[in-house]
Amino acid sequence: MTAIRLEKRGRIDPNSPLTFTWDGKKLAGYEGDTLASALLANNEQVLGRSFKYHRPRGIMSAGVEESGAIVSIGEGNRHEANVKATTLELYEGLVANGQNAWPNVRTDVGAINGLFSRFFSAGFYYKTFMGLPPFEWGSGTWLWMQYEKLIRKAAGMGTASREPDPDCYDHAHAFCDVLVVGSGPAGLHAAHSAAKAGKDVILVEQDFELGGDYLNQMSGEAESKRVSLIKALEKAGAHIMTRTTAFGLYDYGTAGLLERVTDHHSIKSKFQPRQRFWTVRAGATILATGALERTFAFGNNDRPGIMTVSSAKTYLNRYGVLAGRRIVVSTNNDSAYSTAAELAAAGAHTVFLDARESTNKANTSMLESAGAELRNGFAPLEAAGSKGIHGVQLASVDGKGWRASEYESCDLLLVSGGWSPVVNLLSHRGVKPVWNAEQACFVPAKSDEAIAMAGSAAGIWDTARCEQSGEIAVKQLLGSENTGSLPKPGDLKSKIKPVYEISVPGKKIKSFVDPQHDVTADDIRLAHQEGFVSVEHLKRYTTLGMATDQGKVGNVIGLALMADALGKEIPEVGTTTFRPPYTPVSIGALTGRNTGTHFKPLRRTPMHEWNLRNNAVMTDAGLWHRPWYFPAKGETISEAYVREATISRQTVGICDVSSLGKIAVQGPDASEFLNRIYTNAFAKLAIGKARYGIMLRDDGIVLDDGTTWRLSENDFLMTTTTAHAGKVMVWLEELLQVRWPDLKVHVTSVSDQWGAVSIAGPKARDTIATCLENANSISAENLPFMGVKPIRLKGEIDGLIARISFSGELAYEVYVPAGYGDAMMDLLWPAVKAAGGCLYGLEALGALRIEKGHVTGAELDGRVSIDDAGLGSMASKKKSYIGSSLQQRPEFLREDRPRLVGIFPKDRKQTFNGGSILCRSEKVSGHGDGWITAVTHSPALGHWIGIGYMSGGHELWTGKNVIAADPVRDSEVEVEIVSPHMFDAKGERMHD
Amino acid sequence: MIRINCPFCGERDHSEFTYGGDGTIDYPALDASIEDWHEAVFQRENIRGMQTETWHHVNGCRAWLLVERDTMTHEIRSVRAAHPGMAKVLEKAI
Repeated sequence: MTAIRLEKRGRIDPNSPLTFTWDGKKLAGYEGDTLASALLANNEQVLGRSFKYHRPRGIMSAGVEESGAIVSIGEGNRHEANVKATTLELYEGLVANGQNAWPNVRTDVGAINGLFSRFFSAGFYYKTFMGLPPFEWGSGTWLWMQYEKLIRKAAGMGTASREPDPDCYDHAHAFCDVLVVGSGPAGLHAAHSAAKAGKDVILVEQDFELGGDYLNQMSGEAESKRVSLIKALEKAGAHIMTRTTAFGLYDYGTAGLLERVTDHHSIKSKFQPRQRFWTVRAGATILATGALERTFAFGNNDRPGIMTVSSAKTYLNRYGVLAGRRIVVSTNNDSAYSTAAELAAAGAHTVFLDARESTNKANTSMLESAGAELRNGFAPLEAAGSKGIHGVQLASVDGKGWRASEYESCDLLLVSGGWSPVVNLLSHRGVKPVWNAEQACFVPAKSDEAIAMAGSAAGIWDTARCEQSGEIAVKQLLGSENTGSLPKPGDLKSKIKPVYEISVPGKKIKSFVDPQHDVTADDIRLAHQEGFVSVEHLKRYTTLGMATDQGKVGNVIGLALMADALGKEIPEVGTTTFRPPYTPVSIGALTGRNTGTHFKPLRRTPMHEWNLRNNAVMTDAGLWHRPWYFPAKGETISEAYVREATISRQTVGICDVSSLGKIAVQGPDASEFLNRIYTNAFAKLAIGKARYGIMLRDDGIVLDDGTTWRLSENDFLMTTTTAHAGKVMVWLEELLQVRWPDLKVHVTSVSDQWGAVSIAGPKARDTIATCLENANSISAENLPFMGVKPIRLKGEIDGLIARISFSGELAYEVYVPAGYGDAMMDLLWPAVKAAGGCLYGLEALGALRIEKGHVTGAELDGRVSIDDAGLGSMASKKKSYIGSSLQQRPEFLREDRPRLVGIFPKDRKQTFNGGSILCRSEKVSGHGDGWITAVTHSPALGHWIGIGYMSGGHELWTGKNVIAADPVRDSEVEVEIVSPHMFDAKGERMHD
Repeated sequence: MIRINCPFCGERDHSEFTYGGDGTIDYPALDASIEDWHEAVFQRENIRGMQTETWHHVNGCRAWLLVERDTMTHEIRSVRAAHPGMAKVLEKAI
């Protein structure tokens, strides 16, 4: 191939030269080029290597269907693999490299794979992972595992950057009356029609220029039409988006768009997103997505120097590049003639092969006057050459088949095997395309939604009729009268002759159906021989159509060959369903701004800043940041939490518990409501009293636990665990609105309205008393265990106090309005300090509760019953409640259910891991007899302890040898199973 | 990509809602038998076509809604508040 850039031809700007780098070589192009057109003009032929066989590949098309010119671009953290050179807009300083090759695409060691191609045939991966054929040799052996690593390394095309993406991406939303996808003759006319009718129009074009096929025309007439339409559109206020791909259509007229905002900039702006992901909601959608030209399968049809006829037209008329000097054009339809004439007129020696045995007069004379030679009844059989072609062995029609014929030398072979309308987007809506045998292509079926296809996407080939179809399609969707009927598919003068493969009996050739995935015509036949008849299975087995182009060109050829093998017609074989995205969408665009710290919202307690000022180390608890521990100088986390827990049991500790869920339950039926949702009695809870309660789900599984405080006759404050606050709120709302609408109860989430601390330890009461206006109000008589009352802190801070304990110590929770959180801490902390107390965090809180055998989310994991959790005594036998029926299911009554237990290491100096499996010592395997949910060092007991579940409960395991096995971290520790109440089992301390 | 016309807030994107479940279940009394509860909790129809289901406008007004939706096409036939009293008031308001 010897391509040249023609002067004064095409749409590139000769006054704006650009330099770019290809495989380390500095090359020149122009504004308006794609990387492919610039490489072509520089005579770079081998641009890629194929997936399996590492065959040299070059430019095969001029658009999104590209299977050959797939390259890597950018450097460092902007390195991007598998970019189609044919759609990449050239910019100053672009760095592009060949991929899937070593040392480079021109001389690739991996090409040796081609010699072993019979091992890489259809189903290669399935077969090899079962072992080497024919006897599954090596499967499962050490050697095999090494071999697998090699295969994994060899698989895949380019490599992704391992560095974080430096760019940001936006999500955006838009609404419109009419969305037009594609700005070719049909799209521009459709958009113009709709805008003229006063509709709000969005016109989307994946290219960087508007015009679609207008851009590929030589005539000035097409250009002036294009320009005037765009002007009219702008004037009518249509919203025009170039460099934007509609990659998917979804329910309710929703389209997903990807806008490439700065991909074509040399210097990436700090203040603009790289890409924008649009969700557009359209009243009506016109798909003027065009058609893609197919080739057919023949020997070496993947060689650099072989491309579609229309792409040669695009390179000639749009980019001013004559792709070859000695050209063979092969076709089975009328569309290739004008291109051949233009190429001949541009100075190329052109031989025109038409697989059909005659050509109409107009086309014959068009070629004649351009100086091209016409040969009817011919097609290419096998291309000669490797890194470029130097000729082609022809075949001539022989009855229904072909026979080998003469050799024709050439440097460029152009093929047109017919056109495939881009029905992909309509397919996303579940509308299956229909095979049109006359036109040898799938055409769109009618959609029940407000979506219509226009132009060549609807199988209409003639430009004037495409324009007309755009206008009519819009009018029909908008419900206008007298729209006229849409032009029928197909309108070329002579019929197409369906051709999918050229072969002659007895001649072995390698002809590709899906060049990007190296799927050959023989692979399709092999799959058929091996029993694959469904097209969906064929696709997965051969990987046909599963490369980055998603079978845009190859699928129809593959279907045709399968139909031939099965002796069926194409529609009987079916079509594969196209799914979004139409072209690849970067993960960054899908993610948008939801990365790093913006991935999920962060919740801070009202005392967050106070905690930080006082040296808290924070940890994540769901969305919350909670104090984890408060290290004294030089302390490790272990030293800190042991000290905090120790001091809390000796004197007093104070802990931020604001993240607990808080729900105001109010109304005349509030006590009845609570009585139905908690397993224990709430109907007679006295005013000024708190009660610990368990909630079950309908199916009898424990949902959540917490205390609920009765503040007045009809006013309760419910607390939930931090983790389940949202879930419980939704549940209460559902019960009140859906199931029990007759109950007069209102629920309000007040989690964020309160700042809350827990003050625990023998000196808790005295410490708090010093901070109150009336110290006596919380004396043992005035505030007994489980008492609740309003208090006034010094400084006239009004709040609530409840005498409840999670730590097992004499303990209180003090709630003040969130805005007073800091003030409360400033008041309480000096008093705690004066009493010899400390601040404690989540880790010490965990130690204290594990010692007591109190459950949290780790134990209430959505799999346990109330009995399993050791809380069976909380289940009332006198009343019914949510879950009371199904908790009697036989499964829950089994003796060997897992039950909450405590765990000690047999050798008290040892420790063990949370998450370990508990096994009887004679059978350390499988799922064991239980598991450990949490582990801590217990300051009160002086050794490590754990809490978890064990089949049948702790009594059953007394004196038995149990192993805490942690196969992942390779540890086995002998343990004793004990009561979960490991410290102060009678609860005397908190009742003081 | 469904849009739900919340009777309280107007037409909103489905991402503001969470799906509840079958909206036609008659939950038995709390003291009903295991069998009745088993039926209500575990036995579900897998409908192809119109079904009544509950949705929660969790990132909106927090109303629980009864939505008639075609499971094949996502077409929504009707939306009303699940709470009969609320539904009545909202209908009057329209």
